[in-house]
Amino acid sequence: MKLRFNRKQLCIPYAVFLILFVIFPLLVLVYHAFTNGQGKFTFSNFTAFFSSTNTLGTLLYSFAVAAVTTLVCLAIAYPTAYILARSNFKKKYALLLLFILPMWINFTLRVTALKEILTLIEGNISKYQFFNSVTGMTYDFLPFMILPLYTSLSKLDKSYLEAAADLGAGKFTTFMRVTLPLSVPGIISGVTMVFLPSMTNYVVLDMLYNSTYIMGSLIGSYFSAYDWNNGALISLVLLVIIFIVTLATNRFSEKDSGNRGTLL
Amino acid sequence: MKKYLGIIWLVLVLAFIYVPVVVLAVYSFTDASMVGASANGFSFKNYVNLFADEGLRNMIFGTIVLAVVCAAVSTVLATFGAIGAFYSKKVTKSLLNAVNQIPVVNADIVTGFSICVLLIVIMQVSKDTYIPLGLGHIVLTAPFVYLSILPKLKQMDNSLYEAALDLGATPAQALFKVVIPQLIPGILSGFMLAVTLSLDDYFVTTYTKPSTFDTISTYVVNATKGSQTEAKTALWALSTLIFIVVIVAVVLMNVLSGRKKEKKNESR
Repeated sequence: MKLRFNRKQLCIPYAVFLILFVIFPLLVLVYHAFTNGQGKFTFSNFTAFFSSTNTLGTLLYSFAVAAVTTLVCLAIAYPTAYILARSNFKKKYALLLLFILPMWINFTLRVTALKEILTLIEGNISKYQFFNSVTGMTYDFLPFMILPLYTSLSKLDKSYLEAAADLGAGKFTTFMRVTLPLSVPGIISGVTMVFLPSMTNYVVLDMLYNSTYIMGSLIGSYFSAYDWNNGALISLVLLVIIFIVTLATNRFSEKDSGNRGTLL
Repeated sequence: MKKYLGIIWLVLVLAFIYVPVVVLAVYSFTDASMVGASANGFSFKNYVNLFADEGLRNMIFGTIVLAVVCAAVSTVLATFGAIGAFYSKKVTKSLLNAVNQIPVVNADIVTGFSICVLLIVIMQVSKDTYIPLGLGHIVLTAPFVYLSILPKLKQMDNSLYEAALDLGATPAQALFKVVIPQLIPGILSGFMLAVTLSLDDYFVTTYTKPSTFDTISTYVVNATKGSQTEAKTALWALSTLIFIVVIVAVVLMNVLSGRKKEKKNESR
């Protein structure tokens, strides 16, 4: 008898890999977050985080940077995606590529370029830290907002717009009551693509003016100090935020995976 | 008038995106030490430095090797994972899909840090073995390959596999000669995505890399913080080269896929 080969078994290596290197590390993080350096169970990392004005301030500051960055990206990306999707340029797709091409250029190199320009314009860039933080993050993440918005706006069925016009809606009403609601999935996935990274990507700020105050930088500094327990705690806080955002947005967003540059 | 407003908006956004990169590209051909500083005319000095410096050369080479090797491993692992999951029971399938989603939505910094704590702190794997770095990049990229293959599996004509078996092919032959060829576009785009994600990564790399090894990202961050002008301006040349490579790649892809579409239309 021939050994029967089962297609289902093909997923075993990947499943084992995911358990070992995705689930297991997260469990280890949880363990570290609730123990001290000697491996004893403790809430002290936790209470220290939520009682220190320093760490709480960092949490608030990163929320502020991330929220403003997301809003600015949305304000720039929505009209851009809208104009592109509605336009009748012959090479619409090539034009879209121009807007999202920076995705494929290493972000540290792009931030280097931005830093030189900001230095040229402002002189001393550490003077306007909040403004520059938002500018840097926007520069880094804008393509990730434009792509999902364009995808959802270009899928929009034109006959809805015609129907709205036939039924007597003006342009503004049509936009507010047809286009905008139908583009919500795009907005949501764009927002998650920008909000979470701008809470954690401290390198952008680090490169701009050598000092940072967002959640990611806390992990960075605990890492350099070999303080795994506190680093794990910050990671856990971030995980909870990510979990909440994912739960909240899952209801709206369709399953589109291709927002991190899959256009190729 | 309204149409012009739209075009003006697009031009402004493009200017925001490209002015820094292009200005840097222009200055990369001078011997100026910072943008805006006076330059003594045209110079290839930065490009010569980029290729003459062995450290820089090794760094670029290492980054590319790391990206390609990890992307290849990710692609194999995730392709079989996706095929297996597709034919599995609903429970297994949705469990795998859910776990696969974790690194996708997770912040890279948390992924990197958690792998660092597990492998380096608890299991005491030496960073110098490159094992934590490689595994980290595979964790980062494999889920995206998995995601780019799933839709192709759904579009696949299932009866072809059955037909192959009926015609006497072994399941393995049917898999490699019938199923996988149908998935090639998804596998390829997954691989490309994995390469670009790995090239762009900073956080996973910085928490898992050997101290003597640098990728482009970690090298650039150290160089901009440092005061060495020569290393800094050589990176302008690197940035310009990558910019050109990306443009050429995108244009080529576009032309190629455009041709394919034309052929398809002609044959109809």
